[in-house]
Amino acid sequence: MSVELDVFVGNTTIMDEEVYQFWLDGYTVNDAVKVRMEGGVLEECETSAEVLYSDTMDQYRTFQMCERLLHSPAKLANQLLFQIPPHRQAMLIERYYAFDGLFVREVLGKKLSKGTKKDLDDVSAKTGITLKSCRRQFDNFKRVFKVVEELKGPLVENIRQHFLLSDKLARDYAAIVFFANNRFETGKKKLYYLTFQDFAFCAGLLISKWTVGAMDNMVEDMDVDLEKQFLQDLKDLKILITDKDLLDQHKSLVCTALRGKTNVFNEIEANFKNLSRGLINIAAKLTNTKDVRDFFIDLVEKFIEPCRSDKWTSGDILLFLTHYTNSAHMLDSFKHQVLWDRYMGVIKSCILKMYHE
Amino acid sequence: MPGKLKAKIVAGRHLPVMDRASDLTDAFVEVKFGNTTFKTDVFPKSLNPQWNSEWFKFEVDDEDLQDEPLQITVLDHDTYSANDAIGKVYIDIDPLLSIEAATRISGWFPIYDTIHGIRGEINVVVKVDLFNDLNCFRQSSCGVKFFCTTSIPRCYRAALVHGFVEELVVNEDPEYQWIDRIRTPRASNEARQRLISLMSGELQRKIGLKVLEMGGNAVVGYLQCFDLEGESGLVVRAIGTACTLDKLSPGTAPNTTTHTNAHPNTAPASNACNSPSKDSKEPVFSEDLPHPFSGPPTPFRTLPSSTSSPPPFSPSKPCSRQSSSSDTDVSLTPKMGMGSGGSAGKETGPLKTLIRQQTQSALEQREFPFFTLTFFPPGFLVHVGGVVSARSVKLLDRIHNPDEPETRDAWWEEIRQEIKSHARALGCHAVVGYSESTSICEEVCILSASGTAAMLNPRFMREGCLDTGGSDHRLSRQPPLVVAGSERNDTEVGSAWLGFEDASPPSCGFCHIPYDEFNMPFPAQLTNCYRCRRQKVPDVLFTTIDLPAEAAVTGKGCLIQARLCRTKKKAQGEVNATAISNLLPFMEYELHTQLMNKLKLRSMNALFGLRIQISVGENMLLGLASATGVYLSALPAPSGIQIAGKTPNDVNYEQHISTMQKRINDTIAKNKELYNIHPPKLFTLDPEAFTGLNTESLEEVVGSPIPDRQRSRLFRSTSESSDDLSELDLSHGKKDAFVLEIDDTDAVEDIQSLLTDAPLPSGFYSCNTEVMPGIHNWTPSLQMFTSVRVYRLSNANLTNHGLNKIFTELCENLLKTLYFKLRSMIPCCLCHVNFTVAAPEEELIQVAVTAVAMSFDKETQQAADKTVKKGSADNEEQLQFSMELPAETSINQPTTRPSGVSESAMVHSSSRDRCSTWLELLRLKAHTIRRGSVKTISSSERCSPLPDGRSRSLRSTRSLPCGAPVSVVKMTPLSFLPATRIVKYLGIINMFFIRETTSLREEGGVSGFLHSFIAEVFAMVRAHVAALGGNAVVSYSMKECVFMENPNKNQAQCLINVSGDAVIFVRESDQEATPPLVTSSTAADGAT
Repeated sequence: MSVELDVFVGNTTIMDEEVYQFWLDGYTVNDAVKVRMEGGVLEECETSAEVLYSDTMDQYRTFQMCERLLHSPAKLANQLLFQIPPHRQAMLIERYYAFDGLFVREVLGKKLSKGTKKDLDDVSAKTGITLKSCRRQFDNFKRVFKVVEELKGPLVENIRQHFLLSDKLARDYAAIVFFANNRFETGKKKLYYLTFQDFAFCAGLLISKWTVGAMDNMVEDMDVDLEKQFLQDLKDLKILITDKDLLDQHKSLVCTALRGKTNVFNEIEANFKNLSRGLINIAAKLTNTKDVRDFFIDLVEKFIEPCRSDKWTSGDILLFLTHYTNSAHMLDSFKHQVLWDRYMGVIKSCILKMYHE
Repeated sequence: MPGKLKAKIVAGRHLPVMDRASDLTDAFVEVKFGNTTFKTDVFPKSLNPQWNSEWFKFEVDDEDLQDEPLQITVLDHDTYSANDAIGKVYIDIDPLLSIEAATRISGWFPIYDTIHGIRGEINVVVKVDLFNDLNCFRQSSCGVKFFCTTSIPRCYRAALVHGFVEELVVNEDPEYQWIDRIRTPRASNEARQRLISLMSGELQRKIGLKVLEMGGNAVVGYLQCFDLEGESGLVVRAIGTACTLDKLSPGTAPNTTTHTNAHPNTAPASNACNSPSKDSKEPVFSEDLPHPFSGPPTPFRTLPSSTSSPPPFSPSKPCSRQSSSSDTDVSLTPKMGMGSGGSAGKETGPLKTLIRQQTQSALEQREFPFFTLTFFPPGFLVHVGGVVSARSVKLLDRIHNPDEPETRDAWWEEIRQEIKSHARALGCHAVVGYSESTSICEEVCILSASGTAAMLNPRFMREGCLDTGGSDHRLSRQPPLVVAGSERNDTEVGSAWLGFEDASPPSCGFCHIPYDEFNMPFPAQLTNCYRCRRQKVPDVLFTTIDLPAEAAVTGKGCLIQARLCRTKKKAQGEVNATAISNLLPFMEYELHTQLMNKLKLRSMNALFGLRIQISVGENMLLGLASATGVYLSALPAPSGIQIAGKTPNDVNYEQHISTMQKRINDTIAKNKELYNIHPPKLFTLDPEAFTGLNTESLEEVVGSPIPDRQRSRLFRSTSESSDDLSELDLSHGKKDAFVLEIDDTDAVEDIQSLLTDAPLPSGFYSCNTEVMPGIHNWTPSLQMFTSVRVYRLSNANLTNHGLNKIFTELCENLLKTLYFKLRSMIPCCLCHVNFTVAAPEEELIQVAVTAVAMSFDKETQQAADKTVKKGSADNEEQLQFSMELPAETSINQPTTRPSGVSESAMVHSSSRDRCSTWLELLRLKAHTIRRGSVKTISSSERCSPLPDGRSRSLRSTRSLPCGAPVSVVKMTPLSFLPATRIVKYLGIINMFFIRETTSLREEGGVSGFLHSFIAEVFAMVRAHVAALGGNAVVSYSMKECVFMENPNKNQAQCLINVSGDAVIFVRESDQEATPPLVTSSTAADGAT
């Protein structure tokens, strides 16, 4: 005897969040049943493996039928096929668009193309996340990217409205889109130690401070691209390192302010010029798309690594960057105060986030 | 020419991409009614077209308005080739034809295609302007209301009940016409859908005409069925109960419905119940009512009797049996006189005759005194005799002339006559809870009808009786709105017991036997009623109706199923039919025995809602009997089950028997606990009354020596009503102990299977009636579902026993899955569990279940239980529950809102295991909340019941681009929604869909295919209800689910027929401000 057909349809669609997670994680029905059994649900509910299998199978089918709707979450609310209470809808969407930190680190900054998708089996092998789950996450990134690419207005808000995501998740997606669009390099060995949240934080800053939308959020279509003019203007900051006087003056101002306040004063004093050159050079090169891609790696190589080898604490970094930024205002011949703040504000926060002691 | 139909096509959304090149669609719409078609403009290149069409007007006969559906077809415009159809919407405009129902249909409808399923949605507005038609020869019956509900609908009162109406129409099945060979599957399916829609319309119109002829204005308990007879045609038939319904003014709640007539003695509620009034008919267990507003206890009258009073009813009067005209008739119709009865002793004899004389006049003149209702105003049922059923096996032949469906009519006529005569044999003049069904396999068709023989109250049969008698019934039966045990009931209980000068107190009257004690139609064990001790009651009672509200029940009920599978040789024509009719009596007998055993195993003594389905397949017959077992306080306690061996010398064997006996005894004891069955000890007030009764009934019968008796007898006798019919007697002889004899391995397995019925998981109850006795405090949270399973029997040479085992496992497993699926609703009860079985192909068994799971409130439940117990135990020395249970608890708790309950239940719950489940549940919830960073609107599902879904969803949705979200539509097979009040009936929903696929694998196999189809059917029902302005479907049922597959060809087809009543409900809590209902209604009544 075999079960040829087995369905259960409720007027209100029944969905088990645990099973949903298994489905999202790409478990096969059999694996999901195994895990559920290990979870002790059999004893708890006085039931049998057969029942569990039937239930799991049924839920999987429901999720598959829902998946089409989840691709454009707004449809979920006004489709007629499944009657799902609103809070459940929100849960379904939020979970569907949730992603693994490990996975996103692998594809962050990569082009969301077919080629990348083909490599997902490597990613799957490397991260231990099932290929199915990898594909879903990748497709989500791509879908969100495609939709917001053509939209005007603030990026985060667009994502939130179109995909009905929570603010937090919308911000994460904004970061992913932003990274994919600018193709920031995140896969280099030196950057391994950084988590997705580190990058997401930086992306948030870049989006809110350095893009066109940052200055006037309705003007242009995009939050996704860095403001060209701003990048162009950054070249003017070079004066801080090319003008010998200015550099010395800047150094002395910073050193005066820091004396006695830190254990690494000597290192700061010794490295000041190198560090300053590093930061300013990053700014000056950002007109180059290639150098934009290397933005994070440059920050690490030019600033974070030297500091780390000298055993700075985060406090030291904060202290240094604060005074480094502020002291520039006291330089009479330095005229680019606004530009400087716009640049250093982001750099300072990024470095602080990226500096793991 | 009395009607103008107007339709407007507003917009579409989520349309499928029809043009691959542009990924868009150029959609337009055809609107067709009868032979007139209108078209909208093409809305180019959009998946969300906005047509905003003009009003398309159709001027049509009201006859057409009733028969025809409005047909809306969405197409994709193609310049060069033929336009592609996207899908269709059929809108039944019948609800617009009655003034009291819906006024317009407006909303989003799924666009349905029989090959692709739902493809987007379309927004349509439909209105009807009706002109008055005074033509007395008219063929239409506009304005007659139809209800699937098998009780008087909640916002109506029945002024008159006219009785049985039936009709059938036949046609050729388009699927079998020659043209079907050359047209596409889509065209064929659509032709079929359209034809059935037309036929249903016609049928409804014809029944409506009959109702008008009778002077009624509504059909209640409308049951429409399709017989897909294949080559020989398509039959659509319907039965119902014609009534004259009066709409209750919206001000009166249905709870208070009752009092449309002035009752001089109507006192405010508080008075009525505190005074130990003469209302001896006060229901003793008011709390036992299924739920606070079970069915309006509407006045119930029938047509005035004819002037000449017919002679007194004589059960022996031969009934004219019409022999079938069809020569294919090889029927042997086994008759069932199920259940046993009792009679009302000598002293009530004259009264009985009187009753007969009175009621007869009203009923006798009807051809069929049948009622499709299953729930009645209190006092309406005087006595219930037992289940009557009839089956007949027929050979189908082509219906030659569709306009003269005589053969089919004659078949049913014959069956109904038989039912009528069975009822008479049981001393009853009416049949209630009546239904008909068929099972078809190839050219063989089993026609079945069943009902419950009953005596109806003469008071309800007289015109004008309502003003005087009966009012007390109606008043008293209303429980307080405050759900669980209020103190009111406590006071009532004591007083209600004493003195009854009337023949039958409502709490037990219906159990008293209607037939003559000394001239019993079948051997039965009678005892004096355990409540009134005046009249005779049978030892068990089987019925097809719902538990009467006034019935006194001990403990809770449960779903009892008997399952049976019998192999049959493959055969053709008459041989096949004969084989089947030979098998039928044995199947009925077995099913009955199983039911009886299981009933006793649960220590119960009555079955309600009994439904026996016998389904025929090519090489087997399937039998499934479902019912809700209860312990009626009026009936004697069931005896235990005794097993006896055949070979008493074998020691091992003895050993085996005694272990088994022990297991049975243990199970009985366990069940008593589980269902809370602690019947009062016999009272010693009237020893004489019990002389005839063996004192064993409550002692442990099981230990007594085994009487050497056959477990029951199957004997044949000629019934007085027919000369050639065999009669089965299914009663089980004397009852001092119920003996199961183990004489072969079969019997051993029987007992094994008896014991292997899986126990209900804790927190669950189940029944197939409207509600569960002993459970109140329903929360608004409910879940209706349909589950379908098909099993393939891999082993070709199965014995009957092997088959039985498999079939039983099937059903048990299915139930287990349901319990597991619905575990988040615990504590809950599965209500109206309706199983349908079929053997669609050789080696395939299909089981479909539709039911509703309803949560109840555990904490208040317990309090209520105790109050009930307290009441029932009142007179007895054996008080199960300590009296210190403070009355306040029971008063304070009941109205706790569900959201608060989970906590309180956790804290207070006295039962340890429940407590752990609760904790478990909460833990789980907490877990889920933690896992998802979701902003849940409410933390748990239980606490966010759907009823206010409309407003809730509005609030909760973040800015949605595509307009307002879909409003929530609840569905339930019951006639009510817990904790709500139905304020309006919008019309009947009766839909028929076909779905076919030629890419079965791509759609996820058979399961994927059927899953989406059922979901689509639900969606279309909901959409229609929402468009009518409703927010729920009650009395929903899936009447037909025919599934066929051909995996080799990657094809499958499925037909589904569903029906129900669209309603608008409001939440009970919205009404809470309105205080004591009875008083308010009294005030209203005063005006009349």
